[in-house]
Amino acid sequence: MALDALAFQMINGLASASGLFFVAAGLSIIFGVTRIVNMAHGAFYMLGLYLAVTLADRLPGPLGYWGGLLLAALAVGLLGAAVEVLLLRRIYHVPELYQLVATFALALILNDAALWLWGPEDLLGPRAPGLKGSVELIGRRLPEYDVFLAFAGPAVLLALHLLMKRTRFGRTVRAATQDREMVAALGINEALLFTAVFALGAFLAGLGGALQTAREPANLNLDLAVLGDAFVVVVIGGMGSIPGAYLAAVLVALVKALCIALGTVEIAGLAFNMSKLTLVAEFLVMALVLVLRPQGLFGRPQAAAARAAASEAPLRPMGGTGRALALAALAVALAVPALATVWAYAPVLALDMLIAVTFAASLHLLMGPGGMASFGHAAYFGLGAYGTALAATGLGLPTLPAFAVGILAAGAGALLFGWFCVRLEGVYLAMLTLAFAQIVWSVVFQWEEVTGGSNGLIGIWPDWPFDSRAGLYLAALAVTVAGLYLIRRLIFAPFGHALRAGRDARMRAEASGIDVARIRWLAFTASGMLAGAAGGLYAFAKGSISPETLAVGRSIDALVMVLLGGLASPAGPVLGAGAFTLLQDTVMRETDYWRALLGALILALVLLFPGGIAGGLSRLFAGGRADG
Amino acid sequence: MSAPLLEIDGLDAWYGPAQALFGLSLTVARGEAVALIGRNGAGKSTSLKAVMGLVRRRARRLALDGADISALTTHRIARLGVGYVPEDRRIFTDLTMEENIGLARRPGRDGADRWPLERLFALFPNLADLRGRRGGAMSGGEQQMLAVARALVGNPELLLLDEPSEGVAPIIVEQMTAALRELKATGLSILLSEQNVALCEELCDRAYRIDQGELGWSGPMAAARLTAD
Amino acid sequence: MTAPPVLSVGNLAKAYGGVHALDGVSFDVHAGELLALIGPNGAGKSTCFNVVNGQIRPDAGTVRLEGRDITGLPPRAIARLGVGRTFQIAAVFGSLTVLANVETALLASRGASFGLWRPQDGQARGEALDLLAQTGLAALADRPATGLAYGDVKRLELAIAIAGSPRLLLMDEPTAGMGTHERLALIGLVRRLAAARSLAVLFTEHSMDVVFGHATRVIVLARGRVIADGSVEEIRADPQVRAVYLGRSAATGERGS
Repeated sequence: MALDALAFQMINGLASASGLFFVAAGLSIIFGVTRIVNMAHGAFYMLGLYLAVTLADRLPGPLGYWGGLLLAALAVGLLGAAVEVLLLRRIYHVPELYQLVATFALALILNDAALWLWGPEDLLGPRAPGLKGSVELIGRRLPEYDVFLAFAGPAVLLALHLLMKRTRFGRTVRAATQDREMVAALGINEALLFTAVFALGAFLAGLGGALQTAREPANLNLDLAVLGDAFVVVVIGGMGSIPGAYLAAVLVALVKALCIALGTVEIAGLAFNMSKLTLVAEFLVMALVLVLRPQGLFGRPQAAAARAAASEAPLRPMGGTGRALALAALAVALAVPALATVWAYAPVLALDMLIAVTFAASLHLLMGPGGMASFGHAAYFGLGAYGTALAATGLGLPTLPAFAVGILAAGAGALLFGWFCVRLEGVYLAMLTLAFAQIVWSVVFQWEEVTGGSNGLIGIWPDWPFDSRAGLYLAALAVTVAGLYLIRRLIFAPFGHALRAGRDARMRAEASGIDVARIRWLAFTASGMLAGAAGGLYAFAKGSISPETLAVGRSIDALVMVLLGGLASPAGPVLGAGAFTLLQDTVMRETDYWRALLGALILALVLLFPGGIAGGLSRLFAGGRADG
Repeated sequence: MSAPLLEIDGLDAWYGPAQALFGLSLTVARGEAVALIGRNGAGKSTSLKAVMGLVRRRARRLALDGADISALTTHRIARLGVGYVPEDRRIFTDLTMEENIGLARRPGRDGADRWPLERLFALFPNLADLRGRRGGAMSGGEQQMLAVARALVGNPELLLLDEPSEGVAPIIVEQMTAALRELKATGLSILLSEQNVALCEELCDRAYRIDQGELGWSGPMAAARLTAD
Repeated sequence: MTAPPVLSVGNLAKAYGGVHALDGVSFDVHAGELLALIGPNGAGKSTCFNVVNGQIRPDAGTVRLEGRDITGLPPRAIARLGVGRTFQIAAVFGSLTVLANVETALLASRGASFGLWRPQDGQARGEALDLLAQTGLAALADRPATGLAYGDVKRLELAIAIAGSPRLLLMDEPTAGMGTHERLALIGLVRRLAAARSLAVLFTEHSMDVVFGHATRVIVLARGRVIADGSVEEIRADPQVRAVYLGRSAATGERGS
């Protein structure tokens, strides 16, 4: 390895670290005070870049570029303030999970807004006046702009440090980060503080994006890519710590730089292209930190009883009505192939529904009884789909063994990632699951030799007797029913009780001898395998798969299905998946702006029907009966 | 007798869907110290939180110095001259003692600041040596004193004190009692939620007992012991 | 007493950034004994408790349970070796019924939590009902744990804590948050259970009526050290204890409403 190559990559890495740090610092400050993990933070970054590209070109004179950048960041800050006042104020009191999906819905809407405003093409901004040249460092030429960015990070870090320590605003932010109610009780205007903090965080993200103007083109994938990276950084650095965010951003950037600088190395006669391992490296750094310091480098240990006491009613075995309804649903499901003669689309739609039900039920096991909200469940769906597809096409395995390979692949992924995830709680867990899913997506996207890259895999067809519509449909029905039955057995067995016990009161469960981490790990793995089964069915049903199969959007679809159905009821995912699939296959097909539509649906759900369909139904049936 | 400083009539309060207070009525006159007694979970803390607007509440009348405060948010109520010392102290552990005080300092409604540091330290001598100490590094008793000091620098006319003796050593309770008596002597009005009847007797003129969210009994402090459950 | 102690703590030390939370703490607890651990805030009571429970690993010293070294084991392992505990803010499994709360704890103590197929219902019902009867909760067996009155939550947590037939019961401020009558009733129940099961009980407490009325022995911690260890009468009369903790009036046990 050449030293100059390393130095070059390091400056490059520090330049990227600055942008990432701005986003992560904003995320951290907002979370500290408002306790909301802003899933739209990547969208703020993206908008900062789009706005800066547009403004830097329009404003006249040499100051136009820098003025445009600053104006873009300020505009994003202002947007942040507006979002806080119009949306967040309505969701501070709702459960954490709903806040996460609500801000994600906002990200979807902002993404479609960018599509509408700037179109689908990448936009390249002008170069920075005064920093167009390059400087020489140990025989290599470095872009001046990168050097400038590398210094911008520490400069902003220092500015934030002074803001937090020396100003009344900063002290108020630190106090509110610990106890915002008490801050209000001392006469400090909490609403104003929240708006200011959200605007500051959004400004930082916008600035991070705007500063990339001379480095990378604005595109519509940036929001989620940056969000995933920022989550990794925040998890490594520790939520709420600004120096931690900077250190983590630098650490990740340097490890990546090292990988790229190493290039292809030979280990034991085998050539490894290290530059392709950057994603894995990022994962390894995060894994290492989480093993040694679960709260992150500079984070504080999470409060043990962060979750509010569960108010969920005890699960009771199915009564006569429940059983009759389940049997009736099964009878209808069995009759669907016969419907094909009347309504040709029925089996297609019904198959989509079954896949969705299995997927949603797997996530519900994790989120409901397990109390672990995953924002990256698509990873296991995708591993199941790719595992099945590769086994069927690459290895040429028959349908059933190929399906089993898919389930095992998903299980292996869940086993690995779950080990880390089950150690965390709440939003930390949600962020980590999302980060893992982003990593799996990137690997699938980049590993062209095996996964076909962005083209994906095609020609995945089941063999007899599953090669007919009815055959595949009935097989999917069998898998779905088996999956639902398995989940029911699990949650009524001692395992399910221990799982719910660990969710309701973790310390209490540990003090009673329950190994909560292990119980949760098993639940995570079982849930991953079921998601993998859904993915395998999907691969056979569609005949082709692409990285889209395991993109963040699919994780969010599953979340929406579970929330739509209602978290507290075992029947929730079935109802939610059915309703959602119907909606998706009919309404959302008709528009280019389905993201915004989905976002609006989620917001409506969170703001108007937090109990979901099942919650609404049981309220209806319980109407008038007083609670003991 | 002029209008009471704090006037509560028919106060209901909720935690989420669960109602915790049912039609509570009480008054605190200027310069008076009033005790709220009753079991834990009976609604004493909730009553104080409801006055501060920290829980969802509804009242026929909730007035401070004759002005309705039932629709005001927490920080507005604080600015009208209500100091709040919460049950578990809730010191900002990350901030130093002095920063804790500085954050809370604001002039009273008359524009005067009656609580310079010297006067605070005269009241709580233990705090004088701890100016740069992080809140989190202070002992429970020290934190309790800081919690009262933090409420005082907001120059309140009414002090809401929630269980200042809970979880602190009896010897600290004695010091706290002495300090509170001194405060009362300066004309500060106090509403004290407390299980320690001995402390209430040292400080308070009248008492209200809350049973399961409802007013159970009220009368002179001296008679409270006889009504004990 | 000739029987070996149930719990034997030797020379425990734990420091946080230069502050000695525990500084050479040693004591024993014997079967049938109710040992109260008292002292000013910050004296090291919680740290001591959490070291015995396994939540904190000490810098030095040993924790022995019936002669066996359990220092540094995780809480769940210590629980399975025969240590039950209750929390200052009572914690139960809110989404389960009262009966299922106790059944879950019973099965956990047997290491049966990984049963994946056979429904839990019925696997430990008899014993669970028995425990509910002993703690006076039999009538509430089918109720959800959420929504119980706080006194009942406390008793349910006690039932959960003794479900594994522990040898040692740790209670962190067992009567915090209760009125006088409930408080004395609960500690009375603990005393009866301890006698019937020859259980060793170690508890921290701030209510002196509970300590002086029910403890069989009292240990006073101050600044991480044991400053007194003796009977209720000895502790009450100890001038050092009065100076750092009890103060003038409280030694008479006056507290309550």
